[in-house]
Amino acid sequence: MAKVKLEVPELQPYLDVPAVVPGTMAHSRPFVAKPEHQQPLNFPGELVDNWQEKAIDKMGDLLGRYRSLRVYLDSCVKCGSCTDKCHYYLGTKDPKNMPVGRQDLLRKVYRRYFTLAGKYFPKLVGAEDLTQEVLDDWYSYFHQCSQCRRCSVFCPYGIDTAEISMAAREIMDHIGMGQKYCNEIIGKVYKIGNNLGLPGPALRDTLEGLEEDVYDDTGVKVRYPIDVVGADILVVTPSADFFAEPHVDGLIGYGKVFHEAGVSWTLSTQASEAANFGMFIGSYENMRRISMRIREAAIALKVKRIVFGECGHAWRVAYSFLNTLAGPWDFLDPNYPVPQHICEFTHDLIQQGKLNLDKSQNDDMVLTYHDSCNVARATRMGPTPGGQFDIPRAVIKAVCNHFYDMDEDTIRERTYCCGGGGGLLTDDLMELRLKGAVPRMVALNNVMQEKGVTHLAAICAICKSQFTKVLPYYGMEMEQVVSVHQLVSNAIILTPGEDDDLDDDDDDESEDDED
Amino acid sequence: MSFLTVVYASLFYVAALVFVVGVANKIVQYSRSPAPLKIPTTPAPVTQSGVVFRLAREVVLFESLFKGNKWIWIFGWIFHFGLFLVTLRHLRYFLDPVWLPIELIQPFGIYGGMAMVAGLAGLWARRLLVDRVRYVTGPSDHLMLALLIGIGLTGLGMTFLVHVDIVSVKQFFRGLMSFHIQPLPADPLLLLHLLLVAILMIVFPFSKLLHAPGLFFSPSRNQIDNPREKRHIAPWAKRLEQ
Repeated sequence: MAKVKLEVPELQPYLDVPAVVPGTMAHSRPFVAKPEHQQPLNFPGELVDNWQEKAIDKMGDLLGRYRSLRVYLDSCVKCGSCTDKCHYYLGTKDPKNMPVGRQDLLRKVYRRYFTLAGKYFPKLVGAEDLTQEVLDDWYSYFHQCSQCRRCSVFCPYGIDTAEISMAAREIMDHIGMGQKYCNEIIGKVYKIGNNLGLPGPALRDTLEGLEEDVYDDTGVKVRYPIDVVGADILVVTPSADFFAEPHVDGLIGYGKVFHEAGVSWTLSTQASEAANFGMFIGSYENMRRISMRIREAAIALKVKRIVFGECGHAWRVAYSFLNTLAGPWDFLDPNYPVPQHICEFTHDLIQQGKLNLDKSQNDDMVLTYHDSCNVARATRMGPTPGGQFDIPRAVIKAVCNHFYDMDEDTIRERTYCCGGGGGLLTDDLMELRLKGAVPRMVALNNVMQEKGVTHLAAICAICKSQFTKVLPYYGMEMEQVVSVHQLVSNAIILTPGEDDDLDDDDDDESEDDED
Repeated sequence: MSFLTVVYASLFYVAALVFVVGVANKIVQYSRSPAPLKIPTTPAPVTQSGVVFRLAREVVLFESLFKGNKWIWIFGWIFHFGLFLVTLRHLRYFLDPVWLPIELIQPFGIYGGMAMVAGLAGLWARRLLVDRVRYVTGPSDHLMLALLIGIGLTGLGMTFLVHVDIVSVKQFFRGLMSFHIQPLPADPLLLLHLLLVAILMIVFPFSKLLHAPGLFFSPSRNQIDNPREKRHIAPWAKRLEQ
């Protein structure tokens, strides 16, 4: 493929709704999965011969399995409320990236094959046969939806385009038109245990390294345990936390929080991944299979609680689906919700005054917070609706002196996707990712100009990866992206443990001549 | 009995049957389709009464549409509220004696008719003037607006321009209800009005008018946000566990 130089949109002070320009993104399509990416997920390796028939059969199957799909395909009145809500439409001007435009790609086929009006009056109701052109459009545009649900907030019937995209991807997987990025990653989870394909020894090595780093930094022995049978808490976190900046600084923070809480915790090599890309491809069976690893790990490690690290869609699968997919959790401690978010855990400790925090440690930063789409619109934290907005902010404000929110229209339930969610965080979709980030970049740029914000905190591995990649294109620094628990980590004053002075594997006495 | 009366009597029996059976069929289909996962758009209510309140706000106030677009909201709400008043006003053709609240609402029903047409005109203007809405508008969307505006204008026409013998109209519909068919006055405006209403009833279960029952079955709006507290599992998903 020819390397095309990416055009970077110029950030304006306001986000204008662009006029419709059909076809601007018709060329955008991710790499198609190869047979070796399809087979571990029980999907056909390549486009099957009778794919039309198979696709319609699968659509019928899904209509019987998902009320959402049937109701959403029937109910749209084309009112237009969603048309200016999708970050990909705002960034690309392509009308098939308007939520209703995207839904209609599936709806026209639904009408043709499953409704009376579409069978007898196809032209009148915009019904169309499933042709190669339609399939091409599906592949292209259902991989330009990050399933962020922003459109569903503004739809008078709550039509959620994410449900439509998931169904479309599920249909395409079943006829052999899978997406390489998602399906290859799911295969890695089955084979190795996590998205990044980090084997157990590498994880152990990384965690030992973290223990040494934290000890060198603070003189306190903070543990980062893995596969410890009998620990109280199983921590499930995205594998990026073991690997990349600023994710790993978040993981360091979790460990410090658990240290201060005085609880025993453990990671797991088997469940070394919070992400669940089964959701992105709309596959209940794969989502369930990925979730079952967490159940198996919890049983094997005999833990009492489960806590999830900072990951957006993972928290959706954890909060909203885990009880369904891998429950019931009656063998865990009933005094705690299953699962809990690390922000809920930290927030509780702050409320109880159990964390000794020095906010001034973060005085070199002026922060804002990006509500991750899945956390904002598909989950909750704490007992009251909206806790998913308030708890992370409360944590940030407890550890930082300088915090400003971005424009009201771009945060909380109206938050914009980072531009890389929903299985689109791949280099073969870089143009889409750049353009889809525009609404967030505009809001961030404004708060930087107006309030002097220097850093953007997030609680999602995809958001953090996407932002570190796209910020430089917009003239900002990748280091401006921080984990929420990185901020906690900076501010926390650790309680020295009894074994801090004991030499286990250290070869010097640096703890005696500190300062 | 005139041929015309027989045709319209038959038409309304067919239309009523198609409407009731068609919509009931859809409601049964929706309620039998499982919702395997908890997908309320959050923040969402954590109790059943909270969900009832959320749906009530959607039905009465169009809360989400209000968040989405103020123009669509104002036109859409005026149209629907007008239609609601008009429907109440028309109950006098089916009730004998007419209930007092329906008596009292009669004059408001006329304003309702005007509001309905004004709202529809606004919605139609958006379909023509806003490029994004124009892009997603198909022939059936224009026809639906034409049908509804036609119903509104013919109705208003009978109120303000060409009066019809509404006592006979009432006898016709009361007669249909008790299967004793009474003659229908042969006024062109009335016949057109009734024809359009019958068409509306017939297309209802096969068109986007399904948004009316659909809203109540929308999982993003009607689910309680309690997935950690209560295990939610569909029958077909349960079978995967064996």
